[in-house]
Amino acid sequence: MICLSALDNRLSVEKSDPGRRGLQIKNPLRAKACLRPELRRNARPKLPEMSEFDVIRHYTRLSRLNFSVDTHFYPLGSCTMKYNPRFNEEAASLEGFAALHPLAHDDCAQGTLELLHDLGSRLNELLGLDALTLQPAAGAHSEFTGLLVAKAYFESRGEERDEIIVPDSAHGTNPATASMMGFNTVNLASRPDGRLDLETLRKHLGPKTAVLMMTVPNTLGIFETQISEICKAAHEAGALVYMDGANLNALIGMVKPGELGIDMMHLNFHKTFSTPHGGGGPGAGAIVCRKALEPFLPVPLVKKEGGRFVSDFGDGKSVGKVKAFFGNTGVLVKAYAYMLAHSVKEFGEIAKCSIINANYARSLLMALYPSYSKEYCMHECVLTPGPDLTAKGVRTLDVAKGLLDRGFHAPTVYFPLIVNEAIMIEPTETESKETLDEFVAAMKEIHALGVSDPQALKDAPKTMPVKRLDEVQAARQPNLRW
Amino acid sequence: MYIPHTEKDKEEMLKAIGAASFEDLVKQVPSGFLWPKFDLPQESLDESQAAARLAELSKKNCRPLNFVGAGAYERYTPAAVKAITSRTEFLTAYTPYQPEASQGTLQAIYEFQSTVCALYGMDCANASMYDGASSFAEAVRATVRVTGRRKIVYSAGVHPQYMDTLKTYFAHSPDYTYVKVPMKDGVMDREALPALLEGAACLAVQTPNFLGLIEDMDGVSALVKKAGALLVAASDPVSLGVLKTPGEYGADFAVGEGQSLGLPLAYGGPYLGLFSCKKEHVRQMPGRFVLTLQAREQHIRRDKAASNICSNEALCALAATVYAALLGPEGMRELAEANMGAAAHAAERLAGIKGCSLKFKGPFFNEFVLSVPGSAAAMREKALGQGVDIGLPLAPLYPELGETLLVCATEARTEADIARLEKAVREAI
Repeated sequence: MICLSALDNRLSVEKSDPGRRGLQIKNPLRAKACLRPELRRNARPKLPEMSEFDVIRHYTRLSRLNFSVDTHFYPLGSCTMKYNPRFNEEAASLEGFAALHPLAHDDCAQGTLELLHDLGSRLNELLGLDALTLQPAAGAHSEFTGLLVAKAYFESRGEERDEIIVPDSAHGTNPATASMMGFNTVNLASRPDGRLDLETLRKHLGPKTAVLMMTVPNTLGIFETQISEICKAAHEAGALVYMDGANLNALIGMVKPGELGIDMMHLNFHKTFSTPHGGGGPGAGAIVCRKALEPFLPVPLVKKEGGRFVSDFGDGKSVGKVKAFFGNTGVLVKAYAYMLAHSVKEFGEIAKCSIINANYARSLLMALYPSYSKEYCMHECVLTPGPDLTAKGVRTLDVAKGLLDRGFHAPTVYFPLIVNEAIMIEPTETESKETLDEFVAAMKEIHALGVSDPQALKDAPKTMPVKRLDEVQAARQPNLRW
Repeated sequence: MYIPHTEKDKEEMLKAIGAASFEDLVKQVPSGFLWPKFDLPQESLDESQAAARLAELSKKNCRPLNFVGAGAYERYTPAAVKAITSRTEFLTAYTPYQPEASQGTLQAIYEFQSTVCALYGMDCANASMYDGASSFAEAVRATVRVTGRRKIVYSAGVHPQYMDTLKTYFAHSPDYTYVKVPMKDGVMDREALPALLEGAACLAVQTPNFLGLIEDMDGVSALVKKAGALLVAASDPVSLGVLKTPGEYGADFAVGEGQSLGLPLAYGGPYLGLFSCKKEHVRQMPGRFVLTLQAREQHIRRDKAASNICSNEALCALAATVYAALLGPEGMRELAEANMGAAAHAAERLAGIKGCSLKFKGPFFNEFVLSVPGSAAAMREKALGQGVDIGLPLAPLYPELGETLLVCATEARTEADIARLEKAVREAI
């Protein structure tokens, strides 16, 4: 890593020097400001007083303490940490897009509206569905939106359905969203092969079932082979099928989710469509659905009327707004740039190479790290530390920290919960064979070290700016600010 | 396309896997679903073609001289902010799941939380929400959890889209009631408060309110407390460079739209939900936050709260933190004063036009309501033809205000800009 001076190792506010200035605002109209004293704040805000250079050096230093996709292989399962093309960033920063006010008159927003309309039509076709909203800010926000839409749909039909069925192979946000929305969650245990059991599902489907929420491929990285039958069974019970689209990278351009029989799904543009994660956002989401659900989508939607694009506020059936204004448009511009850079065949190549990469890592590692599933995986695989490691007390967390010392971000660990000590690896299609070979070599080295000197692995990481952090202790006496 | 694999790479990898072909790997997908027909372009664009297409689209958006605010404000983004947020170590990292490999993001979020606390005068803040509207909705939800009451009292000056979002958040529980505090001279009618607050979970107030007016919050928290309710304040963080803080007037929760802190308008997002509260409500904070026991040694850690939120707006939070650090306490005051001064000047000029007048007399921050003779919507369209967006017609949102425009001037507007505004309004009448 980097050499840190002790003096550098401080918060911005601790580098403050009273009276030192960075940015100044000299607009002469300031002189016209006038405010009664009783409306003024008494105390000055405790913000750092730094020069611009101080600020740049401080945050540049912080940036160097991070692992990122550009600096490190980042095989975080379910997160699709693919390369974020620079071109996307440039597209979003075009002044015409970046400076557009969200309440601009439609006549002034024709470029953005056309972009959103084209993005929407292409997505509908790519996914084999009919309509969409681009308002949700992220994946979980999309799930919330999707369930709102489902609720409104059943209400419009006078049906009272309050149950959501969630297989244990689905993302953890699915049940969290369901309970947040006041639904009763029915958890379904999966079969030993990790798939949903059709007969068990049939037993749980009924007049109370509103939605079956599935992650496709599921969190074990495998495809629900009986998905048609599953969707049919749900539909026969009058329920809707929701697909968590976080794992769409495995299917894009190769399978149309709409043809599988699902009724709606969400997208994470910051996964499949290559927009950067920014250390935890901003993302952007979407709910893509069948025609019958369209009237309930959040407003506004973008419509084309004649040669003109308009924001359409629907006919009053909409669930309303899930956030102010249109959506995370700046992120959607990046996704559109990515869309333009791919033909149908090239989208299919994404699915193909992401699947090849995951299977390549799996097959080279499974002798030392047994794979939970005995069959080929889709875009990600779930491995575990083998008996020779567990016999020495080596846990998944130790493997993860060992990887940090070797210059790799750790895979997703301890998820999915149905696998004990899970190590979930998603290389994505943008990583080369050489990178995977290096990663495999590091995993083998960690295995050898774990067997010969387990304590050395328990002491990892040794090369990071901080030692291994105790995840439990911190919450006792929270310190949340300077 | 951004895939490194050559045909040879793929062959070698399939061989190492032990698969005869790619089709072997996807046998679990019923073959009828594989490789369907797509009615989509068969050719992709190369980068220069895509750049041309995007440039063409971006130019179809017109770029009027802008005087619309209403919850999203035109700001100059300093070069230093862009330089930091485009550092790929920040841009292309994930949510800090491995704290040892995410100290940069974690410390930046800790500094963000501290910045929000400093501006709002509150005890604690979270690592950000999706936007101001979702922060507002989450704060109101928290007051419902704390008080066990389901009556939500809100001032008529709360952003209408914030109320829409809040109602969507509560859509699954029909037993909530919403009571609007009537408006008097553009601000909430204080006389009405004691009766309305009975049995309420909260009073939610926006100040400066949607109409730009500064609410006098003196004594409000005492009334709220007396009723056993909690006070939620929504404020533009830039206004707090000069205005009394939610902390100083006793708010329990203080929220705001962080777009103001140097983020581009970008047709609605990504923005930045600011969320802060008093110490006693720390367990009610939604989403996630970064905490530390030993700030000096940067032993900063992530904590997961019971919420469905995964991604928040970390990079926007970083931008806001850098923006506030560049300005410092003095710069924040200058910025707030420049906004007030620009709006005051615009108001003075426009009120001098025959047939136009200021709808309200109270103090305002960076926007104000202008009564106009004739249709405000028609005037806006006419002025757009001259390249000036003169303000937001309020009739669709507040029909009781008659033909009015909500006019905003931030520090980005000069005296010459305002002269153009005046001319455009005159000609649009």
